[in-house]
Amino acid sequence: MRPFNYHRASSVKDALAIAGAKSNVKFIAGGTNLLDLMKLEIETPMHLVDIADTDLDEITTTSAGGLRIGALVSNTDLAANKTIRQHYQVLSRALLAGASGQLRNKATTGGNLLQRTRCPYFYDTNQACNKRVPGSGCSALEGFNRNHAILGTSDRCIATHPSDMAVAMRVLDAQVEVKAANGDTRMIAMENFHTLPGDTPHIENTLKAGEMITAVALPPPIDGVHVYQKIRDRASYAFALVSVAAIIPKSGTAQFAFGGLAHKPWRDKTAEKELLKGSKAFTDALLKTASTTEHNKFKVTLVERTVAAILAQAEEAKA
Amino acid sequence: MAKDNLPISRRGLLKLSTTGVVTTAIPVTGFAEPSETDSKPTEQVVKLTVNGDKKRLKLDTRTTLLDMLREHADLKGTKKGCDHGQCGACTVLVNGVRINSCLSLAVMHQGDDIQTIEGLGQPDNLHPMQEAFVKHDGFQCGYCTPGQICSAVAVIDEIEKGIPSHVTGDLTADIALSREEIRERMSGNICRCAAYPNIVDAIQEVGEGNA
Repeated sequence: MRPFNYHRASSVKDALAIAGAKSNVKFIAGGTNLLDLMKLEIETPMHLVDIADTDLDEITTTSAGGLRIGALVSNTDLAANKTIRQHYQVLSRALLAGASGQLRNKATTGGNLLQRTRCPYFYDTNQACNKRVPGSGCSALEGFNRNHAILGTSDRCIATHPSDMAVAMRVLDAQVEVKAANGDTRMIAMENFHTLPGDTPHIENTLKAGEMITAVALPPPIDGVHVYQKIRDRASYAFALVSVAAIIPKSGTAQFAFGGLAHKPWRDKTAEKELLKGSKAFTDALLKTASTTEHNKFKVTLVERTVAAILAQAEEAKA
Repeated sequence: MAKDNLPISRRGLLKLSTTGVVTTAIPVTGFAEPSETDSKPTEQVVKLTVNGDKKRLKLDTRTTLLDMLREHADLKGTKKGCDHGQCGACTVLVNGVRINSCLSLAVMHQGDDIQTIEGLGQPDNLHPMQEAFVKHDGFQCGYCTPGQICSAVAVIDEIEKGIPSHVTGDLTADIALSREEIRERMSGNICRCAAYPNIVDAIQEVGEGNA
């Protein structure tokens, strides 16, 4: 690990001021992903600003009837929160499907959104990776890419975003609250928070220099059957091959978001309109632009069958 | 992509990766390269409690909680397995909550109360979970055992607090201490000797108050 200076911020204002005065700074909350990457020298910040003492560890209700989840709220606390368990079950289920008990205790809401890909070629510093070293190439394109993206890919990167939590937040149409060094706060819709790789796979989100995630805002609860179905190689403690977050109302159109398919949590509201014609019409529209490899083409079938199963089970539950 | 088509050579890539040209998830400064003068090791004083003893240690900021325990507090019970949060051998309790001590910096634990396997029980005064692991043969080589036991103690606490898991059927109902629940909750602790069935027996016995 490269040497760095450690700063403990006393407040959000303090954290932003420290970060604004230095170069090559990272905010650290749980650190479960950042420290792992620092050990491998994939991340090499010169300054760490620890936000543990800020007041971002609360879940409060919003005037709109939703919830504001502080960036420091741990994955465990968020999954176990009574309101989340009752009214946002898809989020609770997604969180509990991710990582291990130890990691969920430490990992935070803000940090989870900034998790970096688990692409093995990103982790292996002997391999070419446009995300790790822009312009160096992509070893995954013709490598072992069984678990890589099939939607929104580019010829520079086919990595997936690994978060389960973010997929549930996408189906809920959550908003990410972000604060800049000058104190300005802005809200970024989940839809616009993570980016596709394009020609710049090293850029993974729309945060601007010096900005910090302070919270995630959830809209009022959405009625219906909440499902988070994660398909993986092990029954527990593994990243998704494909994951599906769904909210299926008693009447009206269902909402779907997907993990394991793209560089960001994937949602296609145009394709959702096809749900009136049935599961296959929806997945055909959803996967129309899919770009697969020999190793990951199974994901197409996996998505089709998982969506069909979720819809069939929801119909049974209604009956 | 064929090797010849790479815009830079393998040697060039290696060179890049050792001079600090990297991407940043939080684009605070883009591709700023650390200069030699700025990247010297820095030390900070950490005050925390370990197994009831107050400690004051001057540490390189890079020291993980795990290395602090093993190398600076001389507590070798906590084990280093993968050092990347994948195996759970380094599990300790921080303010009563289980975490992977390899994925946390010691400086992040200013004022915290750390409990390791040595603090849970001693040879002549075993913790009920340690007794149950002995009784049920919950280990073979023993390397993962301190982490397994710290994790297991926390699992029972988490169930008592009503924290649900991936296999909890009804998210709003009381949670049963089933084998399925224990197995799911212990999935962050790997045992290469595969003592899993006996570990589950031990945890279930303690959880049901029969130890």
